[in-house]
Amino acid sequence: MTLKEQYIAFETILIKEVLRFARIWVQTIVPPVITMSLYFVIFGNLIGSQIGDMDGFRYMDYIVPGLIMMAVITNSYANVVSSFYGCKFHHHIEEMLVSPIPNSLIIAGFVTGGIARGIAVGLMVTLVSALFTDLHPHNYIVIISTVILTSAVFALAGLINGVFAKSFDDISIVPTFVLTPLTYLGGVFYTISMLPDFWQGMSKLNPILYMVNAFRYGFLGVSDIELWASYTIIGVFIVVLYGIALYLLNSGYGIRR
Amino acid sequence: MSHALLIEKLGKVYGNRFEALKGISLRVDEGDFFALLGPNGAGKSTLIGIISSLVTKTSGHVKIFDYDIDKDFPAAKRLIGLVPQEFNFNVFEPIEEIIVNQAGYFGIPRKVGFERAEQYLSQLGLWDKRRCQARELSGGMKRRLMIARALVHRPRLLILDEPTAGVDIEIRRSMWTFLRELNKNGTTIILTTHYLEEAESLCRNIAIIDEGKLIEHTSMKRLLTQLDTETFVLDLMSPLDALPASLPDCLHRIDDTTLEVEVSHNESINYLFAELSKHGIEVLSMRNKTNRLEQLFMHIVTQDSAA
Repeated sequence: MTLKEQYIAFETILIKEVLRFARIWVQTIVPPVITMSLYFVIFGNLIGSQIGDMDGFRYMDYIVPGLIMMAVITNSYANVVSSFYGCKFHHHIEEMLVSPIPNSLIIAGFVTGGIARGIAVGLMVTLVSALFTDLHPHNYIVIISTVILTSAVFALAGLINGVFAKSFDDISIVPTFVLTPLTYLGGVFYTISMLPDFWQGMSKLNPILYMVNAFRYGFLGVSDIELWASYTIIGVFIVVLYGIALYLLNSGYGIRR
Repeated sequence: MSHALLIEKLGKVYGNRFEALKGISLRVDEGDFFALLGPNGAGKSTLIGIISSLVTKTSGHVKIFDYDIDKDFPAAKRLIGLVPQEFNFNVFEPIEEIIVNQAGYFGIPRKVGFERAEQYLSQLGLWDKRRCQARELSGGMKRRLMIARALVHRPRLLILDEPTAGVDIEIRRSMWTFLRELNKNGTTIILTTHYLEEAESLCRNIAIIDEGKLIEHTSMKRLLTQLDTETFVLDLMSPLDALPASLPDCLHRIDDTTLEVEVSHNESINYLFAELSKHGIEVLSMRNKTNRLEQLFMHIVTQDSAA
């Protein structure tokens, strides 16, 4: 395929993916916004007012970036895993397999679709958060780059889950038993400086901590993790997960008989 | 004549060690209308899956218009259009979008995709339904949608895996007309079907596979000449209690108003009518008992299984 044809193929997958989640916005966009609004009300307003400051900020202001990032992570993942598995289950992944699209473009199309949903939900949650707090972003470049790159990490992870999944149950196991605990323990609600040394060390094994803190730095200018370390971890995850996804598609695992 | 498809010693063993294809070699010439027949589980869909990249082969070589799928599958894929046996589109998408997206996967701009969607959906009688979700279509419409989708990138080789399964006779005939026209305009067509009348009516060459092996590969004409007898059913004007003993042995009474006669190809049947007239038996109408190809197909497959 020429570069122009490759671009058209990529754009086609992206449009299809965006239309897919936009068509069912009541299922894809609204629920995370409602969930995050409840977090803002309960943790931020009701409980947060009793907690006091965290790292020099009102508790509500402190948790807003983490909650936005939590919505981005879960939605990027959910979009790709459900879409890719749906394509497999209903066999319309074959529409792409019989075409000359390289596997790298199939990955790029699905992942960009996941990023699009992550950003769409992230924007909605940010708008809702503006009702509870005054947002004064510290560094827009860090905010935008972190949200896109983190979204890419979890979209890739969702795609790999989609390749391995053999039933609809398999697409909810990782979000329930891995993603949610890691996100809650990833410094969304607290600074790890509050933890004993051992648990601080353990927390640093959690990649989500790096992503949440980089994003928080973009909003508040404070972080438990050096910015370069966050970008390095995110970069490494993108490269490794992309390599695994490409290997799986090239091998035909789960998609070719 | 150059080939559209060249297969050499193609083998496929699935993960459960089931050997679906056992070294099949096959050639389909450019411009041909080719029938690929075989009983259920013979390996037809596996063969088609390998050609269209949905199944990975275990051994052998496949060339599509000289493009070796091991060396340049993307180039080969551009030349193939596939109409699979199972519906494999997103049932929640509008049908026009399904066609335009398929064009996009081949690098065709959306504007051109929409133009071609209009062309093929109109030709296949689906243009009025373009805004409908695919799940709202009838079975026959879904089959036609898959044909339109397979044609959107203008392939030179169209592979149809049971395209008329479950389609009513009127639509089936209109699909035949469409496919004949397509073939006349230069598209090579490979057809698998369980309606042998369809294969006999449309195809010039034929291959029969059974249990993963090629058991026949010839022209339709040559194959049909192998059939040395044909059975006709005669519907009688008036009921007949018993067949007169003096009538030829090849005649059999089936019921009060039906007789059957088995005649060889080089035998005239005029004398039979004369004999029947002598006994005052009037024939109202006459028809073939079975489709000729069906008769041969059963003969070949049964013989192969016995061997």
